[in-house]
Amino acid sequence: MKTETNNKIRQFDQVLEIIQKHKYQKTRLITILQEVQEVYRFLPQEVLTYVATALDMPVAEVYGVATFYAHFSLEAKGKYVIKVCNGTACHVKGSSKLLDTLRSQLRLNAEKHTTDDMLFTIEAVSCLGACGLAPVMVINEQVYGEVSSARSSELLNKIIEKETETASAS
Amino acid sequence: METLAKTDLREVKQSYNHAAERIHKRVVICAGTGCIANGALKVYEAFEKAVQQAGMSLFVELELNYHEDHKTIQLTGSGCQGFCAQGPLVNILPEETMYTKVKVEDVPEIVERSLVQDEVIERLLYKNPVDGSRSKGQTEIPFYKRQNRLVLGECGHVDPQSIREYIAHDGYLAAEKAFTEMKPEEVCHTILESGLRGRGGGGFATGKKWQLTLQEQSEKKYVICNGDEGDPGAFMDRSLMEGNPHRVLEGMMIAAHAVGADEAYVYVRLEYPLAVSRMRKAIDDAMDAGVLGENIFDSGHSMFIHIMEGAGAFVCGEETALMASIEGKRGMPMPKPPFPAQKGLFGKPTVINNVETLAAVPLIIRNGATWFNAYGTANSKGTKTFALTGHVANTGLIEVPFGTTLREIVYNIGGGVTDDDGKVTGEGFKAIQIGGPSGGCLTEEDLDLPIDYDNLIAKGAMVGSGGLVVMNKQSCMVQIARFFMNFTQSESCGKCVPCREGTKQMLSMLDEIIDGTATQETFELLEEVGQVVKKASLCGLGKTAPSPVLSTIVKFREEYMQHIHDKRCATNNCKALATISIDPEKCIGCTACARKCPVNAISGEKKQLHFIDAELCTKCGVCHQVCKFDAIIGFN
Repeated sequence: MKTETNNKIRQFDQVLEIIQKHKYQKTRLITILQEVQEVYRFLPQEVLTYVATALDMPVAEVYGVATFYAHFSLEAKGKYVIKVCNGTACHVKGSSKLLDTLRSQLRLNAEKHTTDDMLFTIEAVSCLGACGLAPVMVINEQVYGEVSSARSSELLNKIIEKETETASAS
Repeated sequence: METLAKTDLREVKQSYNHAAERIHKRVVICAGTGCIANGALKVYEAFEKAVQQAGMSLFVELELNYHEDHKTIQLTGSGCQGFCAQGPLVNILPEETMYTKVKVEDVPEIVERSLVQDEVIERLLYKNPVDGSRSKGQTEIPFYKRQNRLVLGECGHVDPQSIREYIAHDGYLAAEKAFTEMKPEEVCHTILESGLRGRGGGGFATGKKWQLTLQEQSEKKYVICNGDEGDPGAFMDRSLMEGNPHRVLEGMMIAAHAVGADEAYVYVRLEYPLAVSRMRKAIDDAMDAGVLGENIFDSGHSMFIHIMEGAGAFVCGEETALMASIEGKRGMPMPKPPFPAQKGLFGKPTVINNVETLAAVPLIIRNGATWFNAYGTANSKGTKTFALTGHVANTGLIEVPFGTTLREIVYNIGGGVTDDDGKVTGEGFKAIQIGGPSGGCLTEEDLDLPIDYDNLIAKGAMVGSGGLVVMNKQSCMVQIARFFMNFTQSESCGKCVPCREGTKQMLSMLDEIIDGTATQETFELLEEVGQVVKKASLCGLGKTAPSPVLSTIVKFREEYMQHIHDKRCATNNCKALATISIDPEKCIGCTACARKCPVNAISGEKKQLHFIDAELCTKCGVCHQVCKFDAIIGFN
């Protein structure tokens, strides 16, 4: 428990470092939040308050920016973030079917994005610009093109297999 | 590379070309997002290994010293070459042989036969989907042969990560000319004369925009490059930033000189991580080389460029919203006037141009206005890039002069319309969606229409950023309209009522049509609300949001009527209106579906054809899932 608390403090240090790097400039808010999200993988409420205080801004304003942009998440995400592109080309080539398959396999839906074991988060995202390869799916940073429902299940199973192996090994 | 203090561009070019002469062969591997997804980086690594194993020298960056007795191979990753569906693409120069869908296993053979020897490997050449014939390279492949790649020209040829290579291709000469030989007024005039119009959607004359900004008296002015390419189905800006970032920077420098600015921002979507990193490297390299920074080209002028990563908001493509976002605020648009030219970023006069527009600028300064305006139609000059996607054989990025017809694009460059299995069929064309969520649908009767800004507006569509999505007869147009409405509704920033509430109402009415609960009244109200949103919204997002709906209503009124009155979706895309049946040709009577049907709606004897009782059927889709013979019709 103690190390966990220490970790948290150290991470607040990181937030401060980011803010200092940007010289406490309010105009850098979006970039600051992006970098903070890199550290935490989401934006915890305490951190938003911390950022607001450091920049001498109302928390509401910081919250307003954080909720305006799709990239910012106020909830924790899974270890593997699966983004299914919902651009036009992907849509006409069956991305919604792909999304349905993934969601039903992981027992998720349009409201529930993250599995209880915090392993997977599934998001339908706006066009990723790889339209020539539609439908497109991204697992963490890796882009997969022309993904059929069968192939998506395959990729998912591979990750699950790998994770179970690591879990049982440790 | 050494710092090119006050870079002598010609010297760099000369030494580069001198070194290039000694290259035996050049291997250019496409490293755009599409090809990387298909494994291009692994192919690159395989080449590194195989070339060295074959005893040849390998250069990634050209060096001035070399081995006389070795065959020297230059290996380069390039930006997007446009032919994404055929990736990873590997070009062998000087022969200009283009290999498609190259796998790691193919690499040793390519090295042995096409690099050590001069053979062509037939099976890796592009195969025409219509007649199965093979084409050797870009000069022969119909997809490339029929294009005019000016803006995209160097994309896919130059190494986007090498400033020297860009300079060797006459890069930064136009900026040097502008800064050292031309007055700002002259630059504005040349661009005005060229007839270049904004490529981001609006189509405003670029030269005019620059003149208006130049006129303003202010100590500080800004240039912004709008790379917030949010239109689903468009990726030309991404490809340009990934494939030729220095050209974009050069365009920004020229714009800055033309309006009297010394600082600029590139606003890039965060969904394009590769574009962000390539632009960032390009700026760093240009700073190191002295192309950017203080007193550039000994002209007494300074120029600094920053990168701003977006955070995922479509509305930020709108110029006033984009500026608010750079200032760290919620990206909400402002009423115009004042225009950015008068009061823009941080309250200073600002010129904001799209990536493709800026990428065309160096070419115009280098080759002259008349060179550029020789392409195109009376009021739409030059060429335009389009992202050709959807149900078409050759998906990818293309560039054609304004005035080209859709028929040429879909059938000759695109190779024809495909069915849902990806096969080219003679008569599958239903519609083409142009201009994304701001645009509209065009049909068969518009195929011979020369594409330009004004012709498309007259048809209720727009050039927009240039997404072209081809749709076959299996596509439901109400669903397409709903798709775009859903997009604009969720991207509406909420500032003005017509857009915030109107798009919501329009979406729910479209849902009623799709669910089979709509009446004629719903339909008429949908049209009416559409007109209100179009007229009363604050910014471009709202003003054009109803376009996909209104244009499909005009072009496919019958289809809407069928949904509303007959409660039928002919393409079976709308689940509630689909008719589920069993294909007598495919059903073998295995009884799997009948056993699994939760409402016992399927009947039939073993080894006999089965039937579905439409009255009982709840369209749950279980039969479709369990059928191993794909015999259930109606689930698209």
